[in-house]
Amino acid sequence: MDFLRPAGWEEALAAKAEHPTAVPIAGGTDVMVEINFDHRRPEYLLDLTRVAELAEWEVTDRTVRLGAGVPYTRIIEELRAELPGLALAAHTVGSPQIRNRGTVGGNLGAASPAGDAHPALLAAGAEVEAASVRGTRLIPVEEFFTGVKRHALAPDELIRAVHIRKADGPQQFSKVGTRNAMVIAVCAFAVALHPRTRTVRTGIGSAAPTPVRAREAEEFLGGALEEGGFWDSGAPLAPSVARRFAELCAGACRPIDDVRGTAAYRRHAVGVMARRTLGWTWEAYREGDGRTAQCA
Amino acid sequence: MAADRTTSAPTTLTQATGAARGTVGESTLRPDGTLKVTGEFAYSSDLWHEDMLWGFTLRSPHAHAAIRSIDTGEALALPGVYAVMTHADLPAETHYGLEIRDQPVLAKDRVRYHGEPVAIVAADHPETARRAAARIAVEYEELPLVVDEATATAPDAPLLHPGRRDHHAAHVPHPNIVHRQPVRRGDVAAARARADVVVRRDYEVGMQDQAFLGPESGLAVPAEDGGVDLYIATQWLHVDRDQLAPVLGLPADKVRLTLSGVGGAFGAREDMSMQAHACLLALRTGRPVKIVYNRYESFFGHVHRHPAKLTYEHGATRDGTLLYVQCRIVLDGGAYASSSPAVVGNAASLSIGPYVVENVDAEAIALYSNNPPCGAMRGFGAVQACFAYEAQMDAVAAELGLDPVEFRQRNAMSQGATMPTGQLVDSPAPVAELLRRVKALPMPPERVWEAAGGPVDVRALPGGLSNTTHGESVVRGVGYAVGIKNVGFSEGFDDYSTARIRLEVIGGEPVALVHTAMAEVGQGGVTVHAQIARTELGVDRVTLHPADTRVGSAGSTSASRQTYMTGGAIKHTCKAVREEVLRRGRERFGASHPAWAAAEAPRLADGKVVTEGGEVIGDLAEILGDGAIELEREFRHRPTEPFDPRTGQGFGHVQYSFCAHRAVVEVDTELGLVKVVELAAAQDVGKALNPLSVVGQIHGGSAQGLGLAVMEEIVVSPDGARVRNPSFTDYLIPTILDTPAMPVEVLELADDNAPYGLRGVGEAPTLSSTPAVVAAIRAATGLSLKRVPVRPEHLIDGR
Repeated sequence: MDFLRPAGWEEALAAKAEHPTAVPIAGGTDVMVEINFDHRRPEYLLDLTRVAELAEWEVTDRTVRLGAGVPYTRIIEELRAELPGLALAAHTVGSPQIRNRGTVGGNLGAASPAGDAHPALLAAGAEVEAASVRGTRLIPVEEFFTGVKRHALAPDELIRAVHIRKADGPQQFSKVGTRNAMVIAVCAFAVALHPRTRTVRTGIGSAAPTPVRAREAEEFLGGALEEGGFWDSGAPLAPSVARRFAELCAGACRPIDDVRGTAAYRRHAVGVMARRTLGWTWEAYREGDGRTAQCA
Repeated sequence: MAADRTTSAPTTLTQATGAARGTVGESTLRPDGTLKVTGEFAYSSDLWHEDMLWGFTLRSPHAHAAIRSIDTGEALALPGVYAVMTHADLPAETHYGLEIRDQPVLAKDRVRYHGEPVAIVAADHPETARRAAARIAVEYEELPLVVDEATATAPDAPLLHPGRRDHHAAHVPHPNIVHRQPVRRGDVAAARARADVVVRRDYEVGMQDQAFLGPESGLAVPAEDGGVDLYIATQWLHVDRDQLAPVLGLPADKVRLTLSGVGGAFGAREDMSMQAHACLLALRTGRPVKIVYNRYESFFGHVHRHPAKLTYEHGATRDGTLLYVQCRIVLDGGAYASSSPAVVGNAASLSIGPYVVENVDAEAIALYSNNPPCGAMRGFGAVQACFAYEAQMDAVAAELGLDPVEFRQRNAMSQGATMPTGQLVDSPAPVAELLRRVKALPMPPERVWEAAGGPVDVRALPGGLSNTTHGESVVRGVGYAVGIKNVGFSEGFDDYSTARIRLEVIGGEPVALVHTAMAEVGQGGVTVHAQIARTELGVDRVTLHPADTRVGSAGSTSASRQTYMTGGAIKHTCKAVREEVLRRGRERFGASHPAWAAAEAPRLADGKVVTEGGEVIGDLAEILGDGAIELEREFRHRPTEPFDPRTGQGFGHVQYSFCAHRAVVEVDTELGLVKVVELAAAQDVGKALNPLSVVGQIHGGSAQGLGLAVMEEIVVSPDGARVRNPSFTDYLIPTILDTPAMPVEVLELADDNAPYGLRGVGEAPTLSSTPAVVAAIRAATGLSLKRVPVRPEHLIDGR
């Protein structure tokens, strides 16, 4: 196994073009586990930790361009206002040590259905900046996951950054695990209210072969909020609306039975999380967080 | 003399104030504590030797298969490989085992469990060894599986060990049953006819893993005399040696073991893991060989706690008196015997708990199956029974409309009670008092997550940092449980420990060197044993010699026995050393002071010989001069006897220990997530030699029981008997956020048979914490919950 250590981004792209089987590594919290357990044996490891720009981010008017190598700890500490859903998700990743090393770029590269960042990215709205010596493209995050631990990158492409829509309303993230910290998701759910576009987006983790959005639920809720004039009135949501939203979110799952939980439990839990997180976000919106953000 | 105190771990104890040189009864800090916390402690996995090779084990991917052929040619051809060994290369005895030698060192023509060792490799790099092992071609033919009692005893069941000749074989109803122990007393049928209330239920306990943090590892170094030196993390050096020597074809004195840094044990290091493999490879190659399992392999490298299916029937009168208990406990021992027979003895003899019941019909069996081998784990057969009988006590109390604590107290045993085995409980058994104490503790405050007034503190809620509830559907529940555990090896086992003590003057100061083979696995012998020597010899400076086989056996660090047994051996040997000191003193200085001739023996304190009245009549340094005293003595607890194979009657246990718990939980009833808010314990320890360490043991045991209650289980696929979660990603143990506040009440009611009146501490808290937590979850949810660990889906679909 050869260890490639590019000093800059262009060099990294050249290395990846020359060795398309090279596995990129940043924090190593996922790749090293796989190597230690002999689950994979890549010909080349492409160490991206010397590419300084990957650990940086840029906040623009509408988006945060988050470098692929920004560790979770910095998202929690420094981007909580811009990316509240992702910050909540980041908080549930592993232990403090893992959060110091692990990155959203790595989470995307692993493309596990249980990746903690994915539901938050789906709910916020994000695009993956994929680059190669051939050029750069933006892949909407919902098109990024193509199967269990598979993604839309070409063999010569690397993830440079993720462009995440800045929160314009309340966001929430919940994850069920069978202990109270440092646990892999049995299932997870994220919701984001987008008052500026008067839309709602969701993300579901660990309850289908890939992270997914509950589009029917989003459309239903968006319609209900619009029709009832809720965005303007900030009136409390009828329990029936929350219930229907929860049912549609549960219905968007295609879970399996495995050692971490049953399919039936996952579907049930996604419904409960959907109802609760909708309640929390709507409450926050009513209290003005969301509507203030909208005006700002 | 009774003394007691409410204790929680001191928060202000420092190295300076913490009596690093404490005597008996003083809280004393571990000498290795800081090193372990800062990552500097040298564990067995850190061993290193120049020119050493790395060993690796090839394991069976099948739970039951015939081995048709093994081809090692490709592996041997790999550069860097020094040896590949299979069953055919074993030099002498081919099987080993703690009690029954039924376990192959390397599988011959058949594998009986997923992960069984088939071949071993030595190479100059661990990676090379691993790759070489992958090149060994083994042709398997899968065989039908034995996975439970039905498949084990079916008419056409494959026999796991045909032609058994062990001493249990004659007494078992089926050759796939390792051992069966009935315990019968009184007349259950007649009692049943008199019962006003009868509760009969089935229970199940999943397979718990010891999950020690330092995986199996050691270093075998071939010696010039043809023998081998093994540096190893184990629980019992001498029993390893006694199993190793025949396998290596060496006399016992050429197999020398030295204890290396142990990262936890909890029973999982009682059986051998890589010991024989490393020694075989070292002797074959003439090079030191190190083997270190990773976490994945560790799950296959040691025995687990027996999973159990239990059926209990309790009958009581309207006024709350237990009339009878009938129960059957089926333990799955897996492919090899390990300590299954002793686990069966415990489960049967302790099956009804710390209660007085005149009529008992109990039976425990352990199966041979193709599941992972199970053996010793903290609590050892008493854990499974306690989960069931305590659930029953709650169920009967509910039927009677009685308070569960009051119902327990009404039936609680006390000193003078008779066990179902006929054994008289001849030392304090404060069961009702322990329950009273945990019940009397103040309740933890409610809804603390909203106490701050600001945003919800999710850390205080079920789901914790995963942010699943802000208080919705969170219901509090409270549960109680109490248990009984035996201390020391039972059923007639010749259980002893050895101590060698050297007392000499170094730099003008008397110094004691304590040499035992006691395995320090974290239990705190390193403080307690020095405290005893300091107390008994009146010296300040005590050095503990590294544990090895150059001194007599200390017995196992298990069964809550080391403070009692090796502590007892040190006390006993110190007494002999003290007598020798006084003899020499009398010889040299007897004429100088009349007290030397007095009938009352003077004592040793602060390096002086002191009379009963406190007068100093001699100086240790002067008496010893240049002449050291070195003595070695064995210590035995009082003898026990085997249980009758048909009735279970017999004086089977040395000592009993008791612990009670109160658990307070918050349950998210919609998601089935549990937060244990508080887990209070009360335990009688006879005498707390190191109170800090005693509380640590109670905390640790309680946390391990909490793990079994709500998360810890090795999941074995029913169709293939394969382990599905051999990792810390999917085998979960409690984190600090899952570990609640644990107030501890320590009682010290002396057992006059034991050194200092002490009672073994380590296991009892592991028993009752599991049923207490589950009782609290039942109280919160109203569900019956007959299986542990309780999983979220059990709380949703109501199982």
